[in-house]
Amino acid sequence: MPEKRVVLKNCGVIDPQDIASYLAADGFKALEKALKLHLKQVIDEVKASELRGRGGAGFPCGLKWEFASKAQGNEKYVICNADEGEVGTFKDRYILENDPFSLIEGIAIAGYAIGAKKAYIYLRAEYHFLLDLLQNAIAQAKKKGFLGHLDIEVREGAGAYVCGEESALMDSIEGKRGEVRYRPPFPPTSGLWGKPTIINNVETLTNIPRIILNGAEWFGKMGTEKSKGTKVFSVSGDVAKPGVYELVLGSPLRELVEKLAKAEKVKTVQIGGATGRIIPYAMIDASLSFESVLGAGAITVFDESRDIIDIVGKTMEFLAEESCGKCTPCREGTEVMVETMERLGRGEGLKKDIKVLEELAETMMLCSMCGLGQAAPIPVVDSLEHFRGEYENRIRQS
Amino acid sequence: MNKTGRNGGRGELLVLLEAAQSKSAHISRDTITELAESLDLSIGEVYGVASFYSFLSTKPQGRNIIRICKSLPCLLKHAQTIIDSVRQEIGILPGETTPDGRFSFELTNCIGACDKAPAMMVNSDVHGDLTPKKIAKVLQAYK
Repeated sequence: MPEKRVVLKNCGVIDPQDIASYLAADGFKALEKALKLHLKQVIDEVKASELRGRGGAGFPCGLKWEFASKAQGNEKYVICNADEGEVGTFKDRYILENDPFSLIEGIAIAGYAIGAKKAYIYLRAEYHFLLDLLQNAIAQAKKKGFLGHLDIEVREGAGAYVCGEESALMDSIEGKRGEVRYRPPFPPTSGLWGKPTIINNVETLTNIPRIILNGAEWFGKMGTEKSKGTKVFSVSGDVAKPGVYELVLGSPLRELVEKLAKAEKVKTVQIGGATGRIIPYAMIDASLSFESVLGAGAITVFDESRDIIDIVGKTMEFLAEESCGKCTPCREGTEVMVETMERLGRGEGLKKDIKVLEELAETMMLCSMCGLGQAAPIPVVDSLEHFRGEYENRIRQS
Repeated sequence: MNKTGRNGGRGELLVLLEAAQSKSAHISRDTITELAESLDLSIGEVYGVASFYSFLSTKPQGRNIIRICKSLPCLLKHAQTIIDSVRQEIGILPGETTPDGRFSFELTNCIGACDKAPAMMVNSDVHGDLTPKKIAKVLQAYK
């Protein structure tokens, strides 16, 4: 399946500083169309498109909107999660840099659909250099009268990976430490300041104007049974052409890694960042979809010269540093994994290490409070499945 | 709505801390005390937030902050050689500040510039496709 620019259709085409160029590219036509519809029709269209969240979890977007729309109360919020912190992810940066207007239009449609008067864009601190561009785009949209129903404010993060997790993100906006919340209740019923809230990723919201303008049926023609539309991927690591690529969902990993990014002698691919899957080259024909492997679309390629123990060890170091520390399985589990991987790295592994890692992984997956802790053991579990020999080689022979 | 509220209250704490950080290059004890009083929060609560985020510092920092990315995509592209060159160029280790207060030096997690690896930030500027040779010239611009 080919590269197809749906989300990225304006990137490199319009001037991100000038709304006139966006308007010339059918900009805000979707919002105008949506505002003439009943909000239920807007939600039904998004539901019918079967658009799933592009931040990694893949929750049906229309369903989230419907929950928030039906929730009690007049005070509701839209939050755009622009805190992409997953290792190897930069596709939202690319969208923000090149087409902030499509995102703003998507947020404006979301606000109308759920009846919110206020929206926040939570921008990661590392992307501070995009703040002016984003605020300028909001100001231009406002001046043209497209934001009469919704106030959009940019809030900046301050350097915390876990704030990309939706409940930690809301705590951060509320001026607290970015620690995760117990759920339920879920944000569409009780989110920001306890009010009904939808939180969508940059790429998810950028899909919205396309769906409203062209229809759910058009959108549904792309992709697989459970993964409609396209996905934007960030490709990095041992490739000749790192960068951002948009493919129809269901495309084979090989096409992205070898054909487009020009990787050679691939040993393994990490899909979805630090908490993502580790796929051996033998599975290079896997389909990129929610049914198979996807995450938020971070693709890091490792060639045959790379050491699995080192890759997993560095990944666990990252997760241990970024764990918010609220729940024990994640806070302590990631630390133990770091220590174990370091010992294995020195060739001083103990015979029981593999068994301990497996048991610990199971506990963390079952007992952690949020996606970070639940998914943190995935690199260990996957690499033990596909590269077990490399672990066994590092166990001290006595 | 002031204490828990959306405007002017607690909801502004992170924004106020970010403003203090960018003004004084750190968040002082005085700032923490003042914010606690004005928002009717405990000092511990304000300190808890100030110390949670990696871009906020409760210790004085240099005028310019260098953050080199040490996540895998940058490490694969020889980020260690960049870390070594910065260390040689400014004569301090990660976690330290130069005696003249010109630079603080930190290692950081993924900054979302993996397509330009190895990459680093100096203040808010992202510098990518780095080589050890480029370091001196990049740092020259920051006084």
